[in-house]
Amino acid sequence: MADQSRQAATVEFAHVTKRYDAPTGKEKGKPTPGAVNDLSLKVPAGKICILVGPSGCGKTTSLKMINRLIEPTSGKILIDGVDASTRELTDLRRSIGYVIQQVGLFPHQTISDNVATVPRLLGWPKARQKERAEELLGLVGLDPAKYRGRFPSQLSGGERQRVGVARALAADPPIMLMDEPFGAVDPIVRDRLQNEFLRLQETIAKTILFVTHDIDEAIKMGDLVAVFETGGILAQFGSPLEILAAPASEFVARFVGQDRGLKRLSLLRVSDVPIRPAVTARPGDAAADARRRVLDDPNRYLLLIDPGNRPLGWIAHGDIPADGPLTEALANPSSPQLNKRTTLKDALSLMLDADVQTGIVVDRTGAVQGLLSIDTIADKMREGEHAAAFDQVPPPEPEVGDLDPADDPGATPDAVVTEA
Amino acid sequence: MPPGTKVFDPGWVADHVGQIVERILQHLELTILPLILGILISLVLAIWAVRQQRVYAPITAITGLLYTIPSLAAFALLVPITGIELITALIPLTTYTLLILFRSFASGFTSVPADILEAAEGMGYTRRQRLFRVELPLAVPLMIAGVRLASVTTIGLATVAAVLGGEKFGGLGQLITEGIQTFFPTKYLLGAVLSVVLAFSADFLLVRFERFITPWAHARVGGG
Repeated sequence: MADQSRQAATVEFAHVTKRYDAPTGKEKGKPTPGAVNDLSLKVPAGKICILVGPSGCGKTTSLKMINRLIEPTSGKILIDGVDASTRELTDLRRSIGYVIQQVGLFPHQTISDNVATVPRLLGWPKARQKERAEELLGLVGLDPAKYRGRFPSQLSGGERQRVGVARALAADPPIMLMDEPFGAVDPIVRDRLQNEFLRLQETIAKTILFVTHDIDEAIKMGDLVAVFETGGILAQFGSPLEILAAPASEFVARFVGQDRGLKRLSLLRVSDVPIRPAVTARPGDAAADARRRVLDDPNRYLLLIDPGNRPLGWIAHGDIPADGPLTEALANPSSPQLNKRTTLKDALSLMLDADVQTGIVVDRTGAVQGLLSIDTIADKMREGEHAAAFDQVPPPEPEVGDLDPADDPGATPDAVVTEA
Repeated sequence: MPPGTKVFDPGWVADHVGQIVERILQHLELTILPLILGILISLVLAIWAVRQQRVYAPITAITGLLYTIPSLAAFALLVPITGIELITALIPLTTYTLLILFRSFASGFTSVPADILEAAEGMGYTRRQRLFRVELPLAVPLMIAGVRLASVTTIGLATVAAVLGGEKFGGLGQLITEGIQTFFPTKYLLGAVLSVVLAFSADFLLVRFERFITPWAHARVGGG
């Protein structure tokens, strides 16, 4: 990873077509599954591009043409401007990380040996192979001391998938191809693996081409999303927000689903919407003063906070005593706490679950920063529904890519929510 | 012990240890050489059949046909060509292993999951590297299952070689034949018991060997 020039490469499809023998008889005239029709798209270095579409739409074929497991009928695939078909085959493949749904770990090799596969093929010295395997196991969150000597059969599905990712990264390839990498694990593990992978990508910044049939995964994981239509036709290529805001065709609109306003919320975060200040007071403060000040709040709720500015609970205007000090016993401790990086979708769902109108936005120390009301989220959602064209959405700067890890090192790129 | 003819005479055994050991060694020769030859031939055939599926059926048919030739008939056919030599016994004993070995080797190779092959290809294994570093190691458990069966079968069949080998290379079959001809039970019982012991030992050693070279196939879930 020290060698910046190798860190990531651009991948460009230039009029790539893959034809298979046309169906005959009754099926004649129908598109052949897996075919690709004049595909042109360019993935900038360091971005995650998701290829998504119904089965047989050619997304996996497109992926496999990059490492030439499938050769195109016509057209070129350029990696950093170099035609992939001119590269020596094994050399090309060893420079591209490859992760598949069934993982395909070698059952007869230890985890450490599995991870060191490509370094071994490249003839790295044994010690360096070993060192690299340990480093990568750590990177994907598997304790090397515990896992290095195990065999794949001794690992859970999620652990195996992590080893698969580590193996693909072993020789620090500038490109990773991932074919439904999280498709074979249960939804909870999948969600965790997705989050871990996005966090990992912040460090490794590879060019990633990622195949899925799941539009939600595409929206969550992609800097760019390429929606494929049956027959190997690229229906739309753009950022997830662009695709949700302005589907290019009836097909794309149907594919992304009726709930694209809601899906947009999963891409937007608390930091993307205005928050309003809270009226706060501490236990021991004069109730009379608080009772006066709380009239400034549209909902007339006072937020009781501790000396560290952490929320203790709400006191309704009517419940604030006319005089004397405020006490914690008066507070009603029910409101979800959000942070700047909580997605609006999670914020909305937390508020609905808690049956409240307002969420408390807190910083890393738990100190109150302001309040987010359910109406603000609803406004944002409608904004997406009415967006007529691309000009209303932010530039294709990816939502997941612009996260600053220094901002909140402990947080996953997805929602970090602490229940009140 | 009552006097007269005993069913089993330990005294005779004690006096003929040298001869018995020689018969055991002969028997091992009659068993191990055909097995090694059979393994090499079957490995080549199995790799061929996995690469080109259309040869699988003809190979199965031919090895099956060879298996049906009675051993005595095979010896009779070969003697005019190769003479009364060890090679005459080894040829049919080798061809008899092919049916079992070829089938188990071929199923060993086809048992390697497609996703593992694809992962290997996608990561840049050459075809040769993939064969020797991935397919062959993964085929080993099924291959050894075949070798176990073939070795037990060959140990049994090798007793028939006594009709050719006699003193020269007759193995344990020679003990049995002599014992029957001379109405001396100690000899034929010993020959039979030693054949069985040999077969059990071979099987046991192969099981241990398989466990030793394929620790991955026996790794406990959650173990280290």
